[in-house]
Amino acid sequence: MDYVPDPVVTLTGFARALRANGIAADSTRLATAIDALGHVDPLDAEQVYWAGRVTLCAEPDDLPRYDAVFDAWFRGRLPLPGPDASGRPGTTLRIRPLAGENDAGEHEDAEEADEPLRTAASPAEVLRHRDLAALTDAERDEVNSLVALLGPRMARRRTRRTRPGGRDAVDVARTVRRLVRAGGEPVQLLRRAPRVKPRRLVLLLDVSGSMGPYADVLLRFAHAAVRVAPASTEAFTLGTRLTRITRALRLRDPDQALAAAGAAIPDWSGGTRLGESLQAFLDLWGQRGTARRAVVVLVSDGWERGDATLLGGQMARLARLAHAVVWVNPHRGKEGFAPVTAGMRAALPHVDDLVAGHSLAALHELAEVIARA
Amino acid sequence: MLEGMREFESPAALGDALDGAGYLPDRGLATAAFLALRMQRPLFLEGDPGVGKTALAQTLATITGAELVRLQCYEGIDASQALYDWDFPRQILHLRAAGDTADRAELEHSLYDRRFLVARPILQALERAPAVLLIDEIDRADDEFEAFLLEVLADHAVTIPELGTIRAAEPPLVVITSNRTREVHDALKRRCLYHWVEHPEFAREVAIVRRRVPEAAQGLAEQVAAAVARLRSASLLKPPGVAETIDWTRALHLLGVTRLDAESAEATLGAAVKYREDLVRVQRELAGLLGG
Repeated sequence: MDYVPDPVVTLTGFARALRANGIAADSTRLATAIDALGHVDPLDAEQVYWAGRVTLCAEPDDLPRYDAVFDAWFRGRLPLPGPDASGRPGTTLRIRPLAGENDAGEHEDAEEADEPLRTAASPAEVLRHRDLAALTDAERDEVNSLVALLGPRMARRRTRRTRPGGRDAVDVARTVRRLVRAGGEPVQLLRRAPRVKPRRLVLLLDVSGSMGPYADVLLRFAHAAVRVAPASTEAFTLGTRLTRITRALRLRDPDQALAAAGAAIPDWSGGTRLGESLQAFLDLWGQRGTARRAVVVLVSDGWERGDATLLGGQMARLARLAHAVVWVNPHRGKEGFAPVTAGMRAALPHVDDLVAGHSLAALHELAEVIARA
Repeated sequence: MLEGMREFESPAALGDALDGAGYLPDRGLATAAFLALRMQRPLFLEGDPGVGKTALAQTLATITGAELVRLQCYEGIDASQALYDWDFPRQILHLRAAGDTADRAELEHSLYDRRFLVARPILQALERAPAVLLIDEIDRADDEFEAFLLEVLADHAVTIPELGTIRAAEPPLVVITSNRTREVHDALKRRCLYHWVEHPEFAREVAIVRRRVPEAAQGLAEQVAAAVARLRSASLLKPPGVAETIDWTRALHLLGVTRLDAESAEATLGAAVKYREDLVRVQRELAGLLGG
């Protein structure tokens, strides 16, 4: 019996599986993919692979996930193209099995993660997702107050774009239009002035075990910051690896956003490789532009498992790129605090501000520092 | 559709044509470019600097006989630099020449005529068919600029309030590149075909160098490609791209070198390694770089 599957049905199911794995393969993209499939040889697995990839994916983070879902979906129906997945940035996310998004194993892990103050690092990488329970009313209020706190206080910078007004440059286009209306008589010189925009803010959150007690509130702070200025704020977590959580935090509802961020972070409450993950940030994002002229806020207690010289070097590199580097150390607010951890000592010469971040009051101070930067 | 496009039967055929013009694409890139031509969709290319994103647009223009129109993006770029601008001095001269006698309404209308319009790259690409429009490094422009592009990418048209809509007789092939210094808005991306350009594997890179620097010896090309591959895995601040491999080979050839050794490598390292910190590190481990 010859059974030929309908390509539209197959692709629709495939796009659905991609969406379940966090790729924004919406109906517009699906329609484009079906169109694309009409132009290539549908029996050539490699052409099908590429036609789907260029139409359904939108960023490098999507590619390893696309590969995994493609394998799962078309295995048995088409031979696998076996593309090389090396050398792409942003491949930190783990692929979960297609079915059973939240299996029981993760909840167990999350419970374990609730233990306060585990030792700084474990030699084996601990991969666990944070199971963020629904926010209580008090916590929701806190998020809202953080939004209100940050709202008017983002640091600003002048852009190259202009607005009417000011006293310096003449706005030729508007002046001439006015002049034409007046029959060619120069009436008045209209001026233009540079516009200001929020300066880019980059939040780097250490989510290793020793930061456990503070991670929740800092994640909420990050969500508030992304909500206030979604286009100019980026958030990453550092632990044993680098994870970008900006996309997850753009969800408006705090419950959803924090759950999505928690699901995206694979190394929650694991060890710390601060130097390496900071290097990964600078290599993949920072140097290309994300950190340039930005206010970079690094939240960590400075417990570095590896050699601190790498961290020192990377901090120097960060300080050269960024407009200002703010280090938030939750222990800073405690009595008798001295920056004695090896990581802290290596980083300190390259830090513009060292602030506490252990309480809501301390976050007020942080917002103040960000606004001043 | 561009006239010359119809002859490309398959991604492989397009790949061969690019190959013939000196650009060696892998199958993914050939398929992406093929679909962009067939579906008349913009091609959105991301990848590390120097992997050949810009060169692809140039080669596509060559093999299709189209004119390449390039728009380099930068912060603050706006419609008057990317789409069109009015030629104000000429407008004023026209106004003066007409004097007071002319009918005001008629005169004002005549001021906003096509002849007073200065076409910037995007309008040029729409008017000069067939064309390949390269919008280079869109991530350098600010996000307001992306909104200007939406109409062009979807309808191949530019609407000028005083004049009306100018539509391309033949839609240009649009290639957009990004180094990913910021995230480009999804509204723009969903109109495009997305492709992440990888560094080529060793054999392809050697072939690319041979094609671009045919006068250099095969052995030299292989040595340089191998050294560059090692540099890429050494976690430098700026890993060299294909462009650097080509530059380095050319530099060595110009110095009359046929075999890469420590001395010639050190003298020409600046063609491949662009940061002082990287230079210091590489010079220290030069022997390992050359394969021991």
